[in-house]
Amino acid sequence: MSAVPLLSVEDLSVEFRTRHGVVRALERVGFSIARGETVGIVGESGSGKSVTAFTVLGLLPPAGRVTSGRAVFGGLDLLTASAGQLLEYRGRELSMIFQSPRTALNPIRPVGKQIADVLERHANLPRARRRDRVLELLARVQIPDPERRYHAYPFELSGGMCQRVMIALAVACSPALLIADEPTTGLDVTTQAGILDLLGDLSRTAGMATIMITHDLAVVAERCDRIVVMHAGHVVEQAPARTLFARPRHPYTARLLASTPRAGAKLADLTPIPGAVPDLRGETTPCRYRTRCERAAAVCDRPPLPREVVAPGHVVACARPL
Amino acid sequence: MSALLDVRALTKRFPVRGSERRVHAVDDVSFTIERGESVGLVGESGCGKSTLVRLVTRLLDPSDGRIVFAGRDVGVIPPAQFTHAPERRLIQMVFQDPADSLNPRFTAFDTIAEPLRRLGTPAQRAALADHVAELADLVGLPRELLGRFPHQLSGGQQQRVGIARAIALRPRLLVLDEPTSALDVSVQATILHLLAELRDRLGMSYLFVSHDLNLVRLLTDRVLVMYLGKIVESGRSEEVFDRPAHPYTRALMSAVPAPDPAARRARIALVGEPRSPIDPPPTVCRFHGRCPDGVERCTREMPVLRPGPAADHLAACHFGFAVGAPAQGSGARRSGGEPAA
Repeated sequence: MSAVPLLSVEDLSVEFRTRHGVVRALERVGFSIARGETVGIVGESGSGKSVTAFTVLGLLPPAGRVTSGRAVFGGLDLLTASAGQLLEYRGRELSMIFQSPRTALNPIRPVGKQIADVLERHANLPRARRRDRVLELLARVQIPDPERRYHAYPFELSGGMCQRVMIALAVACSPALLIADEPTTGLDVTTQAGILDLLGDLSRTAGMATIMITHDLAVVAERCDRIVVMHAGHVVEQAPARTLFARPRHPYTARLLASTPRAGAKLADLTPIPGAVPDLRGETTPCRYRTRCERAAAVCDRPPLPREVVAPGHVVACARPL
Repeated sequence: MSALLDVRALTKRFPVRGSERRVHAVDDVSFTIERGESVGLVGESGCGKSTLVRLVTRLLDPSDGRIVFAGRDVGVIPPAQFTHAPERRLIQMVFQDPADSLNPRFTAFDTIAEPLRRLGTPAQRAALADHVAELADLVGLPRELLGRFPHQLSGGQQQRVGIARAIALRPRLLVLDEPTSALDVSVQATILHLLAELRDRLGMSYLFVSHDLNLVRLLTDRVLVMYLGKIVESGRSEEVFDRPAHPYTRALMSAVPAPDPAARRARIALVGEPRSPIDPPPTVCRFHGRCPDGVERCTREMPVLRPGPAADHLAACHFGFAVGAPAQGSGARRSGGEPAA
């Protein structure tokens, strides 16, 4: 890893005011990503994966509030940046692709025009060149017959195709960092493999860093350099992919691995994780996995939550790691 | 004893608006499900899985072919009258997204009670509360949650309600349409265990529809692989997954990500788009064009399902069970005497 990371998230805490009290959605979240690196953020629904992404991009809904932390990208703290600065960064330096491409695209504008809009806003490109550039982008994300698809509306394209358009849109200005939030959920396995291959190719050839957010460990296993495991708004473990799968140290990571079906496994090998993500309203215990954890002991109630570096690049937030 | 479900040469064609052309959604599909057997149905979206399921559950009329359930041809009963047929209660379904398939204005109790109210016996209706409580116990839904509405339940609890509703009338065949794809992995494992337990306890047969091959393998005895309206491979689950014979099955399996970074495997990437399902030429293999092994013969002669060395293992490929790489002409070993379908 290079000395200065591309994006460094430190000590990030986010709260949501709701009718039923304040939800502490993120608590002291920290991770970083180097230029060209692919990092996976994994966790169950409600673990704070998407909130992390939205916060970094300055897209937090009005009910959300950042209570501490920094997200430094190229020397700029995105959390304190002005709206104008963020507008310059988003789409050009930082991009995001969303879970359901069909709803994320504008349903009443041809997809080619939608990509051209990004170029108009961010790229210094003469109008006459825009269309050619869009066609290039469509070809780059392997959409067959780009000339014809330029004029297609999202409803005329399959789910996989729409996701390719989203990717074309996101990489139109060659961003340094792409955040992909569940990019393949709801797609067929063959389509999923194609989309993941494409993202891998783009990051390799363009040196683009990618944050891949998913609940499916299998998706990140083969594609990511490093993996960040989140649970209930905490980063519970982060490690290089191989290390994490070979020797998980946080009990939650181990349970997550055991609940993921693998080829050749029997149903008896598949063990569910007991309990559910805890209620994050009001005061929470130092370790938020405590109530679900079979290794919990008195030491787990002693604040603060430890963050132990067990190996280079391998951090575990557990008082009694495996 | 005859099979619980015997589907013979089932075909469904949808008209294309403003033309004489037809979408061949399900094309000459035959399979059986024995009593107590779990059969998986896998394939990409658009392959006809959902149409097949809707034909079997009698929500759609077949264009041709027979659907024999427990000895009676239910395919000839019009959908509107099927509600009153005795088979109606014996074929039930669990849907993909529990949040979408539960009535938001029904409590869990009402959702589970609905099939009993509509199709239950007088005795079941008289002791409705007892039956619903018993079903809740059966699916592991705490009884105190029965008064809640769907939005007050977690995804796993919602799916338990959906399963309780489906088994309320003690069906013989349960159709599971991607029952866990909307759930977290941790919850998915619980639901799979529940489904396996219920099947053994209640002696149901399952038709398990999914594109996640790892899941299908966990829960099924046999598997059907569908591509563009046709079954291209079928057989015992271990056999098909350990020795896939059809190139499409192999591509599908190689696309499933393994939760293990050390196991990076060679993937068979499918290029191009699937062929159009609108009036496909009858002599061309539906997979031709995307198939890594396709040869000229595949455009002249539609491959039919043929048995391989293992019992019950069928594949519709000229080179399916050929030894080694299916190079040019290697299929000649198996003289393809059958005429094109």
